[in-house]
Amino acid sequence: MRALNKNTVWGYLFASPWIVGFLLFGLYPILVSFWYSLCQYDVLRIPQYIGLRNYRELLFEDHYFYTAVWNTLFYTLVRTPLVIVGSLLLAMLVSKAVRGVRLFRTIYFIPSIISGVILSVLWMWLLNPEYGLINSTLQFFGLQGPLWLIDPRWSKPAIILMSVWSLGGGRMLVFLAAIQNVPKHFYEAVEMDGGGWWARFRHVTLPFISPVLFLWFIFEIIGSLQVFVEAYVMTKGGPLNSTLFYNLYLYNKAFDDFDMGYASALAWLLFILAGIITLIQFRVSRKWVYYSGGVGK
Amino acid sequence: MSGRRHQDYLIVGVMAAIALFFLLPFVWILLTSLKPEAEVFSRSLWPSALQFDNYVRLLDKMPFWQYLRNSVLITAISVLGVVLSSSLVGYAFGCIEWRGRNFLFYFVIATMMLPMQVTMIPIFVIFKELGWLNTFKPLTVPMFLGGGAFNIFLMRQFFMTVPASLLDAARIDGCSELGIWWRVVLPLARPALATVAILTFMFTWNDFLTPLIYLSDQAKGTLALGLGQLAGQQQPEWAVLMAASVLMMLPVIVLFFLFQKYFIQGFTMSGIKE
Repeated sequence: MRALNKNTVWGYLFASPWIVGFLLFGLYPILVSFWYSLCQYDVLRIPQYIGLRNYRELLFEDHYFYTAVWNTLFYTLVRTPLVIVGSLLLAMLVSKAVRGVRLFRTIYFIPSIISGVILSVLWMWLLNPEYGLINSTLQFFGLQGPLWLIDPRWSKPAIILMSVWSLGGGRMLVFLAAIQNVPKHFYEAVEMDGGGWWARFRHVTLPFISPVLFLWFIFEIIGSLQVFVEAYVMTKGGPLNSTLFYNLYLYNKAFDDFDMGYASALAWLLFILAGIITLIQFRVSRKWVYYSGGVGK
Repeated sequence: MSGRRHQDYLIVGVMAAIALFFLLPFVWILLTSLKPEAEVFSRSLWPSALQFDNYVRLLDKMPFWQYLRNSVLITAISVLGVVLSSSLVGYAFGCIEWRGRNFLFYFVIATMMLPMQVTMIPIFVIFKELGWLNTFKPLTVPMFLGGGAFNIFLMRQFFMTVPASLLDAARIDGCSELGIWWRVVLPLARPALATVAILTFMFTWNDFLTPLIYLSDQAKGTLALGLGQLAGQQQPEWAVLMAASVLMMLPVIVLFFLFQKYFIQGFTMSGIKE
């Protein structure tokens, strides 16, 4: 009994940095943030309780809110399948045992170490309509490239293209590891039944890697909803608010207008939205995710 | 047999084409940074003469050395804080059996799901009340308080692979828990420490939002912040911007080639890159 108590003391002592951090920068802020969302608060004066007015204004009067939601959903819904399918195809390609394949895996991975501001600044130049690498390449093939970040129709696709470039190789390695874990004798069984490339993928690879795919679908979607730096650095939300993403709008409300109550309400709506999307994914996943119950692990 | 070989050539060809897609931007950026200013706005790929003028001009455009010093300082303190505190907490959850352990671990996992936007504003208010705006404390102090749920998780997973018999033997020899953590577990956990250190380095070195919120004073800025501001000007000077980007990428790329294994481990385990 005494030994158990001693362990408990040590346990709490070792965990104490996290416990303090959690109380101070986790639990307390969550509660306060909800309180702020019910207040008018500009940081200088104490918060004034106004009930649900922030939420009502957001949902029924603020058209920027819907612009931001639409931009973010567009970004999320286009980027996620592109990154997942693209990196899965890459993983299948580099799972072939050909000469030099390890070098190619490294090359594909390198963009993954670039992120945030550097990535954004590099791509502002790559996407330059007149002198950038992308339109110069298109021109070389006789094609007229779009205006990318200057054109409201192309600004979101431009940022999506950038993130596919920067994420593809990293995700590829995740899926490659999953593919390499598939037990070989399952492929042999399909081949004996006369199945080809597609049958092998559809009936063996896909079911086996589906838990990994599912997990990364969730990560990818949560990550997409967070998009901020790219828009802040590259476009400031323009042109014509076409890249006013949710978190950029939230940032503007909080740290340009110092409308902290309104921004907190925005944060809570995002939290709820992310929760709903994740819940839907878990529901849908029952239809396609296959848990092998330890086989092949 | 030869059909097989042809297929292999085809695959390598496809791989090489894709490699261009991933690599060419880096080459192009490096070349831009070395071009004379007049040649930036021309479609020629190769500069007529390689020169480092843009790197020199960068020093006039932003207080580069000051920003570099700030970035290095903040990053170093953060890496130290995260490695230290996440390994302590990971030890609590992975190597000691105590009442409430599993219950608290659920909270660690739950905080991974929490979007930072929800906590961002109250945390800003806390630091403002403490008078910490325009200091490095909001960026560094939290790093010593657990070091983030993901890092704790990673440490715990690794520590759990340390055989319990080894820990018990040390306990019977009269080693204190702190002694076991320092002398037995940490030396075994070098790969986990390296992975966490690299992830933290990458995150802090690139972090834009936190300095943006807390460091409005010019002299307090970081390289990431400075680069973002330089890019936000009306007529950005691309050659100078590319020189700045190359300099900022350099330590990341060097680290990558030195510690490739840990980079890949970190990236394939963590869900969120940003």
